[in-house]
Amino acid sequence: MARAVTVRTKVVYSAAAWAVGLLIFFPVLWTILTSFKTEVSAVASPPQFLNADWTLQNYADVWQRSDYPRFFLNSVVISVGSTLLGLAVAIPAAWSMAFVPGKRTKDLLMWMLSTKMMPAVGVLIPMYLLFQRIGLFDTHVGLILALMLMNLPIIIWMLYTYFKEIPGEILEAARMDGASLRNEILYVLTPMAVPGIASTLLLNIILAWNEAFWTITLTTVDAAPLSAFIASFSAPQGLFYAKLSAASTMAIAPILIVGWFSQKQLVRGLTFGAVK
Amino acid sequence: MSTTSTRAAARLMVAPSVILLLVWMVVPLAMTIYFSFRLYRLLSPERTGWVGFNNYAWFLNSPDFWTAIINTLLLVGGVLAITVVLGVLIAILIDQPIWGQGPLRILVISPFFVMPPVAASIWENLFMHPQNGLFAAISQAFGAKPILYLESYPMASIIVITAWEWLPFATLILLTALQSMSSEQLEAAEMDGASALSRFRYLVLPHLSRAITVVILIQTIFLLGIFGEIFTTTQGGPGNASTTLPYMIYKQALIAKDIGRAAAGGLIAVILANIVAIFLMRGIGKNLDS
Repeated sequence: MARAVTVRTKVVYSAAAWAVGLLIFFPVLWTILTSFKTEVSAVASPPQFLNADWTLQNYADVWQRSDYPRFFLNSVVISVGSTLLGLAVAIPAAWSMAFVPGKRTKDLLMWMLSTKMMPAVGVLIPMYLLFQRIGLFDTHVGLILALMLMNLPIIIWMLYTYFKEIPGEILEAARMDGASLRNEILYVLTPMAVPGIASTLLLNIILAWNEAFWTITLTTVDAAPLSAFIASFSAPQGLFYAKLSAASTMAIAPILIVGWFSQKQLVRGLTFGAVK
Repeated sequence: MSTTSTRAAARLMVAPSVILLLVWMVVPLAMTIYFSFRLYRLLSPERTGWVGFNNYAWFLNSPDFWTAIINTLLLVGGVLAITVVLGVLIAILIDQPIWGQGPLRILVISPFFVMPPVAASIWENLFMHPQNGLFAAISQAFGAKPILYLESYPMASIIVITAWEWLPFATLILLTALQSMSSEQLEAAEMDGASALSRFRYLVLPHLSRAITVVILIQTIFLLGIFGEIFTTTQGGPGNASTTLPYMIYKQALIAKDIGRAAAGGLIAVILANIVAIFLMRGIGKNLDS
């Protein structure tokens, strides 16, 4: 807003906004702080802020006692795998719906989104039995498939809204200038589509990383990702706060960092282009 | 551009997505319907047979059922109300001339990236724990008795945790919408003597209606299936106090191992979700077309 504001109003607004922001962020901050405290310091009463005993021991302990690297790798394989597979299926679909829309394209898109409305528990049992019978239970392939299908409607929607913003005239202009179909795709369309595809990719990696229904119900050991790692860690009942915090920090840090860098595109992407 | 051959090619490109989603919907759904009419318990697999609507009758008559429905509605409605109202207020605050809006956005979005089991476990242990939680320490500092949040107010606690996870999303979408608002209009209204409240009521709120619609649609999709938060904290308890419909079905399937009854429950959940979906899709379709 281009209104002239006094420094005083700006100070007041800034203070209020930052207070609210810090309040929202506080649980994450408190977890990170607790993860660097000794167990005694973590449950001290009154709570210790700057006067705590700081240590890195919790990270060493969690690293030793649990197989963090395996859970982490499983999370990476599942979230990246399901996203890439989803993109491979969704890009042609979104592409053709955006550039060669038919009469029923809008209905088709709505139907796709409505499949996401179906509660996962509604199909849990068949999925569980099917997965066990065909050997997909507790495997990477199984989870990649499940999460890909779960997020497919969102991937298609996001790509569709991005592709729709690419003006069709530019293709005709390129064609008039004698561009071949190959050159058209390579030099005109791809550069314009890359930002949209990139933010779709990021958002879906985040959604898949944080998914906690299929990953918990369809795995036991081999393919269990970080969501299962944390679920197994969260029964300390006040005993191992610092270690729980360290484990939590380890589970969320990778995606938190990815998210911070891409927050602008993510928010825009998730609104399906309806909010600019 | 749209010759017959490109049209055919376009259909061909959509086909894999449609077929995959159809299979993903139809196969499990057909199996769920089949199981819902069968006696099928994993603990006594030798006893099988058709039981008609018995599974449905059991599910609908279970004392947990109505609690679960009410809890599910409370969860979805409560989280939507909190995130939309607070989201609008916080977005307006951040939209004021302030220092460091960029870093502030990063702080505010953070909870959205925290996976549900972690969010739930942080809140359960570090904040709501009756002995060692931060809230207990605050209560004690004021000489009050610590509150057993998850035992005494399980649904409210889960709503707070879930609302914390979704508030960033609502806030940032609403903020994005606010920033596209023309400031001339607001200034003109201010010059004409419109009060802050009526500027909000007649200019800001209508401008935000589309963004609010999107927030409600996306959040409802995710909130109807909330599972991790309950699984990590209360396991649906104490008793059935925080059992939602998804969690009740989960308990039937994987703890009681009664596939038939769980399938009946699953189908009821699908029907209810479809009713919600029809209402939402109508509203959204209208709002997004314009």
